[in-house]
Amino acid sequence: MINFWGYSISETRSINYDTNDKSMTEYIARVVPSSKLCIGCGGCTAGCTAGNLTNFNIRKIQMLMKRGENKEAKEQLQKCMLCGKCMLVCPRGVETRKMILEMLNYIKTKLKS
Amino acid sequence: MAKVIIIGGGPAGCEAAHQLANQGIDVELVEKNNETGGNLNNWYQLFPDRKSAKDLNDILKQNLNHPKIQLHLGMEPRKIEKNKEGKFLVPLSDGSLLEGDSLLISTGFKIFDARRKEEYGYGIYENVITSVELENMFYNHSIQMVNGNTPKRIGIIHCVGSRDEKVCNYHCSKLCCITGVKQAIELRELLPDTEIFCFYMDMRMFGPGYEEMYREAQEKYNIKFVRGRLSEAAENLNKQLQIKVEDTLVGKPLRMTLDMMILLVGMESSEGSRQMADTLGLNLAPNGFIKSQDPHYRNNNTNVEGVFVAGCGSAPMNLTDTLADARSAAMSIMEYIKRI
Repeated sequence: MINFWGYSISETRSINYDTNDKSMTEYIARVVPSSKLCIGCGGCTAGCTAGNLTNFNIRKIQMLMKRGENKEAKEQLQKCMLCGKCMLVCPRGVETRKMILEMLNYIKTKLKS
Repeated sequence: MAKVIIIGGGPAGCEAAHQLANQGIDVELVEKNNETGGNLNNWYQLFPDRKSAKDLNDILKQNLNHPKIQLHLGMEPRKIEKNKEGKFLVPLSDGSLLEGDSLLISTGFKIFDARRKEEYGYGIYENVITSVELENMFYNHSIQMVNGNTPKRIGIIHCVGSRDEKVCNYHCSKLCCITGVKQAIELRELLPDTEIFCFYMDMRMFGPGYEEMYREAQEKYNIKFVRGRLSEAAENLNKQLQIKVEDTLVGKPLRMTLDMMILLVGMESSEGSRQMADTLGLNLAPNGFIKSQDPHYRNNNTNVEGVFVAGCGSAPMNLTDTLADARSAAMSIMEYIKRI
């Protein structure tokens, strides 16, 4: 946010898919193919312990990651306690815990900036 | 000998004719085009088993080679009358007159005219096509942009002309969701390196094997599904399409460039269905389709005694349901004929 003489310019909230970095989603799709099966039902988030105590939302974070919005994923993922309750509830059999671990792994080793 | 006049030679009309003829009833089948099959003639492969549309069409056509069936191709009914004896008099466009004990209306549906959704750019931007035109491309095994390039990113837009008050259609056309999934898979088979998106409001996978096909599209064919309705498309200098949707599962507006956009056009009541309703005094449902007398038990009956309806004249239906509805209509007609 740029601030000059009391005025500021808001950054766009809009996702620009053309320019976003899709390397993380390509990596996750490859190493955790079941992650592609998400239908956005929110079962994972409803039962999530971290999500009940903080604004952590695993359903939303992986969706953002799929659109190349990696910043929020990077900021939020540390809140996950890897309990795996999300995996028990998922109706599509997404290996959510593995997906989170691989996202953390990618952020630590490969993600630019 | 009892005689039934069937108006409309699409899958419903053909199947009903075949079933009635097999029961010893004389059938006059009237079709305005020069061949039977109706909208099925515009399709390449069917969901969910990817059967060739032509194969099914051929079976339906062969079944019409029956001594009890008289085919009237390229004919349209004029003003229909019911006389004092309860017989239906149907004058045809060639001047001949048919007389029958019962009428079956199988006048089907028409495809939504995508130009009415002007903000999507059909007929304005060259790389916006309909799902029907895509079937034709599949038939020729070639998916190209107008400039001859292979599209690198394709967007499939659900609910075009359906569930949209802005085009006066509240109803769901029911088939577009699964058609979108089927077409996305067919696109993937022809274009292994193209990014393929479906933009949907809800995925309505109502039939056997449909949800499984959706799942396969995601996992095996890497089709990406974004929940959000397209607000508008614009063309850039490269004739690509810049689209705006909200990714509602993320809660943010989303912009992207597509090389090709496919509109899953919905179904509306056909001109033929409306003409029949007009000439016979049939009740229409609020969505413009012919109203059944009862949605459960008398779904092939109309408000006019002796007039029956089968197939997409009464509601959007897939082929499975259309053919089953035609058989059900044939049964209802036989019951009626026994009674009179």
